Amino acid sequence: MRAEGPHLSRRPFPPVNREEAKMAALATGGATPSDGATSFQRKVPASSRLAAIAGTRPSVRHGQLLLSSGLPSLDCVLGGGLAVGTLLLIEEDKYSIYSNLLFKYFLAEGIVCGHNLFVASAKEDPADILKELPAPLFDDVHKNQVDEKETAIKSKQESQESMKIAWRYQNLPKIEVSPAASARFGHYYDVSKTVSPELLQSIKWHRFFLPEEMSLHPEIKTCNMICGYTRLLQSIQRIIYQEGFDGSYPQKKQKNILRIGIQSLGSVLWGDDICCADNPEDIYSLTKFLYVLRGLLRMSLSACIITVPAHLIQNKAIMERVTNLSDTVVGLESFIGSERETNPLYKDYQGLIHVHQIPRLNSLICDVSGTKDLAFRLKRKLFTIERLHLPPDLSDTVSRSSKQDLAESTKLLSSGCGAMAIGKKHLDF
Amino acid sequence: MFVELNELLNASPERPEQGKLTLLRDTKTDGSFLVHHFLSFYLKAGCKVCFVALLQSFSHYNIIAQKLGVSLTAAKERGQLVFLEGLKSCFDVLFGEEQHVGQTNPLQFVSKDGSNLKTMYEFVRTSLMASGSDSWKCPVLLVDDLSVLLSLGVRPVDVLDFIHYCRVAVCSQLKGNIVVLVHSNDDSEDEENELVVNSLCHQSNLILWAEGLATGFCKDVHGQVNLVKAFSLLPLLS
Repeated sequence: MRAEGPHLSRRPFPPVNREEAKMAALATGGATPSDGATSFQRKVPASSRLAAIAGTRPSVRHGQLLLSSGLPSLDCVLGGGLAVGTLLLIEEDKYSIYSNLLFKYFLAEGIVCGHNLFVASAKEDPADILKELPAPLFDDVHKNQVDEKETAIKSKQESQESMKIAWRYQNLPKIEVSPAASARFGHYYDVSKTVSPELLQSIKWHRFFLPEEMSLHPEIKTCNMICGYTRLLQSIQRIIYQEGFDGSYPQKKQKNILRIGIQSLGSVLWGDDICCADNPEDIYSLTKFLYVLRGLLRMSLSACIITVPAHLIQNKAIMERVTNLSDTVVGLESFIGSERETNPLYKDYQGLIHVHQIPRLNSLICDVSGTKDLAFRLKRKLFTIERLHLPPDLSDTVSRSSKQDLAESTKLLSSGCGAMAIGKKHLDF
Repeated sequence: MFVELNELLNASPERPEQGKLTLLRDTKTDGSFLVHHFLSFYLKAGCKVCFVALLQSFSHYNIIAQKLGVSLTAAKERGQLVFLEGLKSCFDVLFGEEQHVGQTNPLQFVSKDGSNLKTMYEFVRTSLMASGSDSWKCPVLLVDDLSVLLSLGVRPVDVLDFIHYCRVAVCSQLKGNIVVLVHSNDDSEDEENELVVNSLCHQSNLILWAEGLATGFCKDVHGQVNLVKAFSLLPLLS
């Protein structure tokens, strides 16, 4: 009996056998260093919970969730996209052709991503606006492209021989271009076609048509604001609360984004007189509305696009304040009706785009793109924003604008050639 | 808190100045970095801070403050920081439930016709009043963007009144500091704003003027900062 005691006390030595060690680790719940793999596990990013919402991605810079504006080239200019809870203000071009297009792109992107929409207008019936949204360009064409790419990559892999010089790159995985993943954020649209009714029916949307609302609820407290704005705010607030876009209340179902689009805010149809008078009666209505709306957006999973007829607003002080109160401000300047329309320098473009303001979110500085000279062009189907390039100078002389100059320069050129030819005679080699 | 700026201003968190009105002014660039600087500066200095943040949400300020080495949530819990989130209060005024009796929202003026800032002043005064248990240094009032008040329909005279009352309460009675940000633009047509900016320039002890470059946009340099110190005769006289 006595001899057994010291024998047992020697037992706590760690088991030498590898298999035993594994068992022990398993028993204690620790990680086992199995063959080849390390115990280091890739940390799941904290933002994955947020990124689960379709059509969004977290920003690299400030961690805020980004939405696409429906125009990948505009997203690029705005630093990756539109952050959730912010407001994009578009200063309309003179005939509000292109601003309307941006407005529709924003809503169409929402439809493709399955977001909820809120469309407010005083001019057109929101249902009509939705019917005229451009059709997404990805269904069949894009999928085919993806398939082709994949098969191309596969065949490449098979045919590839072992590398001799750059042998270190042999084991690297082939470039994982995942067009499907990138296509989830930002799509291309065909302006010439309208969105199919089936797609429209699949999403949930809310309407605010000012003439209709005015007749619905006659009594309302106005909060010192123009009646139309108050109603719009209350309507947005009601939807944000009822549908659970408010972050403070847990959403019952899958989280979703509310895209709010407000057309031609500040125009006469909203009952605002800032477009008609230099000293309007209600100078603060628009700025107050924007301030409260921004508060609403910041507290909810939503993003908003507003078009404003800035060129009509007589009192420029209002526009300065409006710019300060919104997050992103983009101005459109179309060439229609101006002398630039016929200027050969701008023949590739339909207008200029001015980025007046980019939000500073969670950081001291903002994402400023390297260039400020941006232009947009509308091709047959696509609308794109590009860096403004002047066309190559094909003529020899400085003047290239008029035909006469061109003719003259060609004359000069020919005479020059003649002189060369004459001169050649005297040359002897 | 930017060390270079402290050196230029000859200030350090160990011995913050007292009784000063500092005006932050920005032209064609964004001057909010100065607000973040002073917020972290005074929190590090151990001052009691009342921050009237009208422009951005709390999380925005908190994240930047963390990058600058201060936690706003912790400061709030300690009772060092009183944070007024304008966007939220404004929303509460218009859509919130009926408030309890005796509790007034500082942004009450948004819904009422009279645009005076009395409730806001009361809020600032009560939050900066030293209660017996606090051991903070001098109180500080910080306003991010006074121009927002004008956009909300407050008359310029009322804004100036508010600042004057605050100066009396904070600067002279409590021996504290006020830091205020305004936007300004030389070719601006916003006369009300210009009036406020000019009067504040006249009153303030120190002006930090952030300007965009006159030569235009540059990728690396965002602008320049001018320092204007009010000339004081006191050192010469004594």
